[in-house]
Amino acid sequence: MPRPPANQPLLQVENLVVEFPTRRGVLRAIDDISFHIDQGEVLGVVGESGAGKSLTGAAIIGLLEPPGRIAGGRVFLDGGRIDDLPPEKMRRVRGKQIGAIFQDPLTSLNPLYSIGRQLAETITTHLPMSEAEARKRAIELLAEVGIPAPDKRIDHYPHQFSGGMRQRVVIALALCANPRLIIADEPTTALDVSIQAQIIALLKRLCRDHGTAVMLITHDMGVIAETADRVAVMYAGRIAEVGPVRQVIKHALHPYTEGLMGSIPSVGMDRQRLAQIDGAMPRLNAIPQGCAFNPRCPKVFDRCRVERPDLMAQGTTQVACWLHAPDRALAKAAGGGRG
Amino acid sequence: MAEASRPLVRVQGLKRYFDVSAPLLNRLLEGQPRLTLRAVDGVDFTINRGETFSIVGESGCGKSTVARLIVGLYRPTAGVIEFDGADMSGFRSRKEMAPLRRRQQMIFQDPYASLNPRWRVRDIIAEPIRAFRLIDGNAAIVARTDELLRQVGLAPADGDKYPHEFSGGQRQRISIARALASQPEFLICDEPTSALDVSVQAQILNLMKDLQRELKLTYLFISHNLAVVYHISDHVAVMYLGRIAELAPTRVLFSRPRHPYTRMLLDTIPDLAMTGRQRNPVAGEVPNPINPPTGCGFHPRCPFANERCKIERPEPLPARGDAPGSAALVACHGVEEGRLPDDVRPLNAA
Ligand SMILES: Nc1ncnc2c1ncn2[C@@H]1O[C@H](COP(=O)(O)OP(=O)(O)OP(=O)(O)O)[C@@H](O)[C@H]1O
Ligand SMILES: Nc1ncnc2c1ncn2[C@@H]1O[C@H](COP(=O)(O)OP(=O)(O)OP(=O)(O)O)[C@@H](O)[C@H]1O
Ligand code: SF4
Ligand code: SF4
Ligand SMILES: [Mg+2]
Ligand SMILES: [Mg+2]
Repeated sequence: MPRPPANQPLLQVENLVVEFPTRRGVLRAIDDISFHIDQGEVLGVVGESGAGKSLTGAAIIGLLEPPGRIAGGRVFLDGGRIDDLPPEKMRRVRGKQIGAIFQDPLTSLNPLYSIGRQLAETITTHLPMSEAEARKRAIELLAEVGIPAPDKRIDHYPHQFSGGMRQRVVIALALCANPRLIIADEPTTALDVSIQAQIIALLKRLCRDHGTAVMLITHDMGVIAETADRVAVMYAGRIAEVGPVRQVIKHALHPYTEGLMGSIPSVGMDRQRLAQIDGAMPRLNAIPQGCAFNPRCPKVFDRCRVERPDLMAQGTTQVACWLHAPDRALAKAAGGGRG
Repeated sequence: MAEASRPLVRVQGLKRYFDVSAPLLNRLLEGQPRLTLRAVDGVDFTINRGETFSIVGESGCGKSTVARLIVGLYRPTAGVIEFDGADMSGFRSRKEMAPLRRRQQMIFQDPYASLNPRWRVRDIIAEPIRAFRLIDGNAAIVARTDELLRQVGLAPADGDKYPHEFSGGQRQRISIARALASQPEFLICDEPTSALDVSVQAQILNLMKDLQRELKLTYLFISHNLAVVYHISDHVAVMYLGRIAELAPTRVLFSRPRHPYTRMLLDTIPDLAMTGRQRNPVAGEVPNPINPPTGCGFHPRCPFANERCKIERPEPLPARGDAPGSAALVACHGVEEGRLPDDVRPLNAA
């Protein structure tokens, strides 16, 4: 098995492709993406609804729902390949080394069991603990995610919790075996700001103290700004831009990222209308030729409609946009730039 | 009262308690007491026609329970809910309520759980149209669902798919399209945009505002995103432990928060400008609706709490210094006694 060099990232994704075979042909939902996450690092993943964020997470943890499948690429955890593991081994990786928080909290909880039972079961499966110890740890975890009166709440069933509380129970479930990597899909969307701050503080503490890495999928740029070290912007199954969070938020290079930043409502701004990126993301069966963003891009030019841009380095950021092609920069310098 | 000036929704003394005791056998064997959870504990408000009324507050404070009480998914433990002048508790069966029900629709916090996984999206959206016989003829219904799909940023071709073929945000848009299908007057939106990315969120919020203007819709809007609430609401109620701490016109609330809890809440808005300001998570122990504090529910976390606060429960009173008719209602002894420093915040700090 080829091993990445000694100073390897915790997670390495290489040329990942995810496809759905359908009667009308194969839909390519994730189209050749590569990225890495270092130990103790938080990688934010943002992008329009349907961009492929959740599928990327599901592919990494081996939970793509058939007929969805990994059609190309490799995934390494700690240098070991995990995308080709047999299901039984993958299940162990999932509980112990990778913790997952799903977008839909109800789907991760069993309505028939008390949450205490669900937590304790996960703990005893992955850690050498007795039932009593597991229960104690479960109560501690519930307190850490801000559930009031955890010693009483532990015996309640999922329907007895509020939406935000259920989301926090799912977070506790993902954390209970001390995983190396946490894949958090919209972990704080149903949470009010103060609980959100508490969860984020908790995730950051795990990163700092235990070197846990987090792939944080969210549409909330506020959360990204405050939590992530780097951010990847996805569009139509590809990465449009990836770089240090300050750089991407303050000096977005990709026109799509720029539009994304403009749509964020803030307190105090004009209440009439929010800026929006006009049009919609293309359907998977109708991805335009060239740059997938070109029909909506205010800066589109000829080349964009023909050739597809790959990620190109621009300082500390990488961006997939012809505006930032090295030859274009040269042409511009020579006074021959178009558009 | 004249039809036009009568509020569309009036809620008075609304309460909902849940029994969360251990099973009877355990209680007898282990001598455990009965436990009551006060999810909503005495709430009053009115919503005017054509307005957006928002409820904000910490997770678990009772927002979804209020919404579910209003649409009749829970029965109140106490209190009155009036919709367009009719007392909702007067109806004994779902059938009696049906004519009113068509005029109200709810968008749920958990979009996936509220979509039937075995139905095609087109049928999910058309269900209220068929149930209430709003449009005749299949072709007309298809045309209408196509229009609804487009309105929420999906394509007519998406109507032939099943819910699991969509991403989280796309599913949320399906439930919005279904809610709009019966052309309700009153839309209850529980975190309708929380799973949406910002650009789709902007599209949906703009759409909601457009529809409100065109169709005179009334919204009850629940969200934890204060920027979204600021953007869309006319009035905002801040809930804490099943009660209303403060209720005010949006600009008044955001520019001059009175209640200490409202002030803390506004301090927790994430800092996108990244000025390096640290967010303050609301400090102190998390409130527990099974065993709430005496007096003012916020006193264990309030920097202004005194002896009176620990004993006497504050009732909502009009705040001084606001224009008559648009005064904030504040439930706080400190504010009533005038011993809290003024907290005025500029609103143009986009
Ligand atoms: N089972 C499936 N069959 C066909 N297409 C699918 C299936 N599951 C997902 N897709 C499509 O793959 C694309 C990516 O979906 P994904 O759930 O990753 O989006 P996302 O970026 O997480 O969006 P959101 O922010 O709305 O959650 C979407 O266009 C979706 O419609
Ligand atoms: N069916 C139920 N049985 C028992 N307790 C319940 C039930 N429904 C809600 N509760 C409790 O009532 C309280 C208020 O819940 P509610 O869902 O109204 O909160 P919320 O303000 O909507 O919170 P969130 O922002 O997390 O969605 C919570 O403590 C919750 O656990
Ligand atoms: S490559 Fe062209 S169309 Fe694509 S984002 Fe850049 S400028 Fe716009
Ligand atoms: S009543 Fe007292 S404890 Fe409650 S918010 Fe006001 S000052 Fe604080
Ligand atoms: Mg998703
Ligand atoms: Mg709720």
